[in-house]
Amino acid sequence: MLVQTAASAAIPDAAALHDVIDRVYRSESRRVLATLVRLLGDLDLAEEALHEAFVAAVEGWDRTGVPANPRTWLVSTGRFRAIDALRRRSRFARLGEEIVREWTVTAESDDEVPEMDDDQLRLIFTCCHPALSIDAQVALTLRTVGGLTTEEIARAFLVSAPALAQRIVRAKSKIRVARIPFEVPAMDELPARLDAVLGVLYLVFNEGYAATYGDHLVRADLCAEAIRLTRLLAELLPEAEVEGLLAMMLLHDSRRAARVLPNGEISLLDEQDRALWNHSQIAEGLALTERALRSRRFGPYTIQAAIAAVHAEAPSAESTDWRQIAGLYDVLLRAQPSPVVELNRAVAIAMRDGWAAGLTLVDALLSHDELVHYQPALMARAEMLRRAGKTDEALAAYEHVAAISTQHSQRQYITRRMTELRGEVSPKRERTPG
Amino acid sequence: MKYLCLIYDDEQLWARMPKQENDAMMGEYFEFDSAMRASGHVLAGDALQPVSTATTIRIRNGKLSTTDGPFAETKEQLGGYFLIEARDLNEAIGVAARIPSVRVGSVEIRPIMNYDEPG
Repeated sequence: MLVQTAASAAIPDAAALHDVIDRVYRSESRRVLATLVRLLGDLDLAEEALHEAFVAAVEGWDRTGVPANPRTWLVSTGRFRAIDALRRRSRFARLGEEIVREWTVTAESDDEVPEMDDDQLRLIFTCCHPALSIDAQVALTLRTVGGLTTEEIARAFLVSAPALAQRIVRAKSKIRVARIPFEVPAMDELPARLDAVLGVLYLVFNEGYAATYGDHLVRADLCAEAIRLTRLLAELLPEAEVEGLLAMMLLHDSRRAARVLPNGEISLLDEQDRALWNHSQIAEGLALTERALRSRRFGPYTIQAAIAAVHAEAPSAESTDWRQIAGLYDVLLRAQPSPVVELNRAVAIAMRDGWAAGLTLVDALLSHDELVHYQPALMARAEMLRRAGKTDEALAAYEHVAAISTQHSQRQYITRRMTELRGEVSPKRERTPG
Repeated sequence: MKYLCLIYDDEQLWARMPKQENDAMMGEYFEFDSAMRASGHVLAGDALQPVSTATTIRIRNGKLSTTDGPFAETKEQLGGYFLIEARDLNEAIGVAARIPSVRVGSVEIRPIMNYDEPG
């Protein structure tokens, strides 16, 4: 739609041109970058070429008008500018000459630039290559595929901008030196490599959804970016698990407005005002979940989406189908055993069979040496004790979590619960001294 | 009898080395290389790219795990090597994943330094 309005606008005035270029940058820059990466074979060169292409647009489009297809124009302009720059440099460093000759030939022979969509998919797989550290995968994906600035990513993950920039520089250098290719993996590698990509997107979403540190529980920008990237991936590679992950993100994100109270305190699922849930996100999430389940090729993300779907369909916490949720957690635990899944299963079982059953499972989980300080389990334990009416034990459990929590909105919640419990404790103590 | 000589260096030390000293060391290396190849002693030898470019792979329960960085387990020792030619890291991983020890030990993949190309 952008292309049509732009093309019919002939030569725009300065302000209009600024707007057009701004819009073209937002809608096309990532795709253009991905194609330039394929054509130039190097991320840094491609980023430089992208920059040069937009400089050329700013300088040229006021005279020539906006090209009918800005994307193709940007790609070929960027490519030629990169080749020019390399030619100039190769006079000083003879090493590059052969490479430049090779590129010039390809650049002049194929004017059509095919497979643009696949270029983004290639770039996603490169950024999420398991030979890069997971931190580098996340940073690189958000930077090159998502187009977030280094400062934005640094802020989201609470590292300094120079440290994050360094992380990206190292990752790019490894891609170049170890020659990590820009390609979609072969069929036999695809499932494992796709898992790695989904893992990165999941991590971005999770950090946004349950920020580990800081004053804000939810970083909506990270959630939105994760959803946008997963949606893109689902378009490029409509696999069941990709759709399952997208569904899971949408169903969780649909509760965002209800998860934080106006005073910044966290609101847990059973207390949330369900009228605040985003129903269009729920509708889309439910449809995607059903489709992924029907494919019969689904995995852990789709199961998690199915669990979120059961919650989404329940008008209240009490009317939730806990039998179904507990059953889905059984399936999930077999597919992907982890303490998180075990804990969630324990909560579902508590809701189905009562607090005693849940507490037994949580205590068993916390008895593992490496999980003694597992905060979500300690929190769940405190919640169960409170609901089971074991006030003193609940107070001690909340105190324990409050002492180790780094999450402001969670501490706020705990403080409220403890105040409420103390209100219950003192009168009881007066009545039953000793 | 064939022997593999493994060269252990402190990368930081090389990075800090003044250019003159570095050039002199490299000159010595090239001299050693050509003299020992001529005498039939050196069969193959290369410098490796820094550890930051290393990738370590393992196969456990039939599942390939790929991690960033050099081999770091002290329980296992260097037991052999293959110098391989591959189009890119994906192909190198594919080849290395077929080395039998990858199922019980680990294989570190390090790109060879190519002095004809900018690093």
